[in-house]
Amino acid sequence: MSTAPSVETGATAAPAVENRSRLFQFSPARIVLYAILAIFCIYYLLPLYVMVVNSLKPLSEITAGGMMALPQQWTLAPWGSAWSTAQVGVEATGLRPYFINSILMVVPAVAISTLLGALNGYVLTKWAFRGSTILFGLLLFGCFIPFQMVLIPMARMLGLMGLAGSVPGLVFVHLVYGIGFSTLYFRNYYAAFPTELVRAAQIDGAGFFTIFWRILLPSSGPIAVVCIIWQFTNIWNDFLFGASFSDFDSQPMTVALNNLVQSSTGVKEYNVHFAGAIMAALPTLLVYIVAGRFFVRGLMAGSVKG
Amino acid sequence: MAFTETATRPGPVDRLRDALPKLVLSPTVAIVAIFVYGFIVFTFYLSFTNSRILPQFGWVGWQNYENLFRIRAWDTAVTNLIIFGSLYIIICCALGLLLAILLDQRIRAEGFIRTIYLYPMALSFIVTGVAWKWFLDPGIGLEAVVRGWGWESFTFGWIKDREMAIYTIVIAAVWQTSGFVMAMFLAGLRGIDSEMMKAAQIDGASTFALYRRIVIPQLRPAFMSAFVVLAHMAIKSYDLVIALTGGGPGTATELPATFMYSYTFTRNQMGIGAASAVIMLMTIAAIIVPYLWSELREKR
Repeated sequence: MSTAPSVETGATAAPAVENRSRLFQFSPARIVLYAILAIFCIYYLLPLYVMVVNSLKPLSEITAGGMMALPQQWTLAPWGSAWSTAQVGVEATGLRPYFINSILMVVPAVAISTLLGALNGYVLTKWAFRGSTILFGLLLFGCFIPFQMVLIPMARMLGLMGLAGSVPGLVFVHLVYGIGFSTLYFRNYYAAFPTELVRAAQIDGAGFFTIFWRILLPSSGPIAVVCIIWQFTNIWNDFLFGASFSDFDSQPMTVALNNLVQSSTGVKEYNVHFAGAIMAALPTLLVYIVAGRFFVRGLMAGSVKG
Repeated sequence: MAFTETATRPGPVDRLRDALPKLVLSPTVAIVAIFVYGFIVFTFYLSFTNSRILPQFGWVGWQNYENLFRIRAWDTAVTNLIIFGSLYIIICCALGLLLAILLDQRIRAEGFIRTIYLYPMALSFIVTGVAWKWFLDPGIGLEAVVRGWGWESFTFGWIKDREMAIYTIVIAAVWQTSGFVMAMFLAGLRGIDSEMMKAAQIDGASTFALYRRIVIPQLRPAFMSAFVVLAHMAIKSYDLVIALTGGGPGTATELPATFMYSYTFTRNQMGIGAASAVIMLMTIAAIIVPYLWSELREKR
């Protein structure tokens, strides 16, 4: 982060880049500008720094007031503890089983909601019918409701369906409330897809699914990535549904992490908490680092173009 | 499908083919009808019943709403939401706008800096809550660290202070979302006609005047979007409070979302919980419906 200003000085030091240096002028104002940007980089990175360094030091170093310092004695023990032996709720299982729950929950929920969203978007744009815009509006509103409004009936419904307190139950809930956004993405994307191509294929005798499969789907790569990342991040990070609809052995990672940190028994092992927090953050963080562009596109499409 | 039809009467296969698009859409329609609108009606109905630990259907009229407004904790939750929501929206917008303008000055490594500003958005509020909970904890966090550096009288115990704890929620929430607001404003800035800015510059407008008179007024749609997104996130805030303060100390950081949960599921006052959920929905609807309406109308 603090490398940015030094790159700046490097460019202006060379006389050969006179022209460019007018664009990137080395003036006091620009130094201040870069300094402010760097300070904000520190601000945003600080909690991550705190989590990482404190997950790698013994507890005694934290309680002695050394939260901001690098570890004097580096150790991976907190990570091992958080993963496999820490007390989460009643049992000393570590976070591993809950990590697996989250994966088992996320994969089917993301896959099915994305596929349904693609089909819905296709119908709503290329086979639009009277009232399809209103229908889409109703679908969208469903994305924004406070989920407190559905907690009570959903708890009952899951019981009736025999899915209460189970991972499939959570998959179902996330699927239901994920369709709105996945439909939004594909609808807006397919709206820009040339309808003439679809009509031409129709004249050639291609059916509904053939057109979808052979013409739209092959060009849906980018929006599928956007949608998958959005759904993955949202569902992985969900807490409310996980806390409401899971049992001890079907809790997702976020709920287990919260239990780990809030548990009031015994010594507070801050280093283990930080290691656990990083574990919970790592999947979505990795996705962000690898495919941040698509993540941002998803964010913008979900807000700016509601 | 009219293209492929001939003069002959449509057979069952053709009719099936015509109905296919609607058939494909029907599971979603059914899901939304039941699990969104059906459930909304159900909870709405429950808010007029004597439901306690389980849903019951004895009609009690407006009693739950009357009780709700008499409960001190609800009063605290609403007051907190107003404090939290307004500070959250104002600070996020101000910070987001500032960072967007700074980043729009042909910055080296802009993409890299943007990535850093925006990464908290990828994290769970629980992770954010844990990080800030211990960082703000006076026993081990900032206060202890600064004292360790030699400033013995330094105090920063907001998170344990009934009066100040709500502001720690603002701190953590702003940290998480301000980068996102920055990205929204940056997208808005990039959409502004640069000819107009050049013309103003040639006319001798100062940078400050340029932004105040020309740029910021053009960002109105971005402000609208940011407001809607932030307001709706503020009203739904639940995870962050749970992870950061658990609603405490006492009930000092309760928000409507945490109030609803505890009254419904731990205090067995489901009727009152449902009433509070209805109020949350109404508030969000008042913000979202006009927004969706204008967005969807524009597109046609």
